[in-house]
Amino acid sequence: MSDRSQLISTGEPFKFDQERDTEFERLIKRYPERESMILPALWLTQEQEGWISAEAIAYIADRIGTFASKVFECATFYTMYHLHPMGKYHICVCRTLSCWLRDKQAIVDYLRDEIGIEPGQKSEDGKFSLEEVECLGHCGTAPVVQINGEFHEEMDVEKLTALLAELN
Amino acid sequence: MEVKILSAKFDIEDGHKLEIAKQHGAYATIDKLFSMKPEEVIEEVRNSGLRGRGGAGFPAGVKWGFLPKGTGKPVYLAVNSDESEPATFKDRYILVKDPHMMIEGIIICSYAIGSHDTYIYIRGEYTSQVKALQAAIDEAYEAGYLGDKVAGHDFKLEVTVHRGAGAYVCGEETGLLESIEGKKGQPRAKPPFPAVAGLYGCPTIINNVQSIASLPFILEKGAEAYKVYGTEKSSGTHLFGISGHVEKPGMYELPLGLPLLEVVEKVAGGVWKGRKLKGVIPGGSSTPVLTPEEAKTVTLDYESMAEHKTMFGSGGIVVLDETVDMVKLVENLIYFYHHESCGQCTPCREGLGWMLKIIKKVVRGEGEISDIDLLSELCDNIEMKTVCVLSAACTMPVRSYLTKFRHEFDAYVSEGASTAEANQE
Repeated sequence: MSDRSQLISTGEPFKFDQERDTEFERLIKRYPERESMILPALWLTQEQEGWISAEAIAYIADRIGTFASKVFECATFYTMYHLHPMGKYHICVCRTLSCWLRDKQAIVDYLRDEIGIEPGQKSEDGKFSLEEVECLGHCGTAPVVQINGEFHEEMDVEKLTALLAELN
Repeated sequence: MEVKILSAKFDIEDGHKLEIAKQHGAYATIDKLFSMKPEEVIEEVRNSGLRGRGGAGFPAGVKWGFLPKGTGKPVYLAVNSDESEPATFKDRYILVKDPHMMIEGIIICSYAIGSHDTYIYIRGEYTSQVKALQAAIDEAYEAGYLGDKVAGHDFKLEVTVHRGAGAYVCGEETGLLESIEGKKGQPRAKPPFPAVAGLYGCPTIINNVQSIASLPFILEKGAEAYKVYGTEKSSGTHLFGISGHVEKPGMYELPLGLPLLEVVEKVAGGVWKGRKLKGVIPGGSSTPVLTPEEAKTVTLDYESMAEHKTMFGSGGIVVLDETVDMVKLVENLIYFYHHESCGQCTPCREGLGWMLKIIKKVVRGEGEISDIDLLSELCDNIEMKTVCVLSAACTMPVRSYLTKFRHEFDAYVSEGASTAEANQE
């Protein structure tokens, strides 16, 4: 989300933990070419750390045996990879057709006011980040919000208020 | 009006679990499958008239027939579960509620086309769905339906789930293949078609989830039983997703060929809040809009949609009530397609951006009549001048709104900022 042009360095070396390491080794056997592991490895990294750092890009490239630029290219092309840390709760609001028709704007406006951030930003305490995203494939239960990957359907301000209270 | 072929097991408690699914007939066709020759399976599917359920509606059996013989290369099956066309939300029901029906379909298809490796490409946003799917695949491996000997037969089959990460364009066949290969999802020029040179340069068949999931029924009951549903040229049933301004939005399985307005009325509860109908998008956001008058005569099948100069698409029906501002709807559409352009072809990358700037200017009340004409002209100059159809997925619907609701665009121009303001209230 937001600026996708820069990689951030943590200054610490990166490597997969035991669980991700095992999963990486399981998956790599499934592909005839190692570069197919670029997307899965980026996912494993994001699951582990919540985002993808400069060190992680270098590690993935090294692990697969490819150029870091190829990994970076995918990390920037695909919008779900985060190149900097998100809030503890990353809130995605669908902005596309069916959600738009069912007033997704009321959801965005409410979140903007309650959390005090614009879409594309993170709250100062690091608790929330907000993003407007393209169609989430839950059009029959619009409007829909996804928080840390979990879907919340048929949202309205009342439901959202209860949900935020839970998270707070 | 509803029928339960694909959705037969959707309401069964724990129907996604292998044990329960088997009690209700899952994997019942496997022994029959291996008693047949692959060509006989292809023939049965071709006779059923099953057409690709991803949006293009290409006959599935015919597609399989394009595979070259004796290349010495492996044949791959890629199952398209990207489901990224706005207003489309059908396949995920299969993934979550009856994944074993799809896995059985994968076995059937793989045997027919002689493939031993399947990749299921699922969109990254489907987080809980990917877990459900992987759990079902693990169960199928455990029970011996996948692996070195499928159900004890001399046939090896590996199934791997590959997650996308947020890119509409990866629903395009070759964008999908690029993504599996670990690249940006930029579609390839065709020919060669994937059946000849697809994944890793090898012959590859790409089928939508719903197409694959339709196979067990066809194999078990036969092509004739499938053709009982639908019309002569559009046979079978389809999972329709109805969204927008209806009382009861949702996913409904219906035979093809039903009158659209009757479905909106009787199945989806009609236009919500007692309002009047303004338009219907018949098959996902890229299909040209129908006016209420046009909607009166259209039926839910490939032929009728084509006769009405629109497309059946993905079965994602969007109902628009009388309050919808078509100019702003078009802004929402162009924003989406511009955002999702992969950037490979200049007409799409630059053209959709230009269209977005113009429509924003019109929405602000600063547009001129020449801007509306320019939008129209841009549509003509972008469409079919790119590697894939993403740009056309934007220009085709935009042109339909510009033509059928031109007065709304003109009103934004003639009344200037006042229209824009009034619309904001």
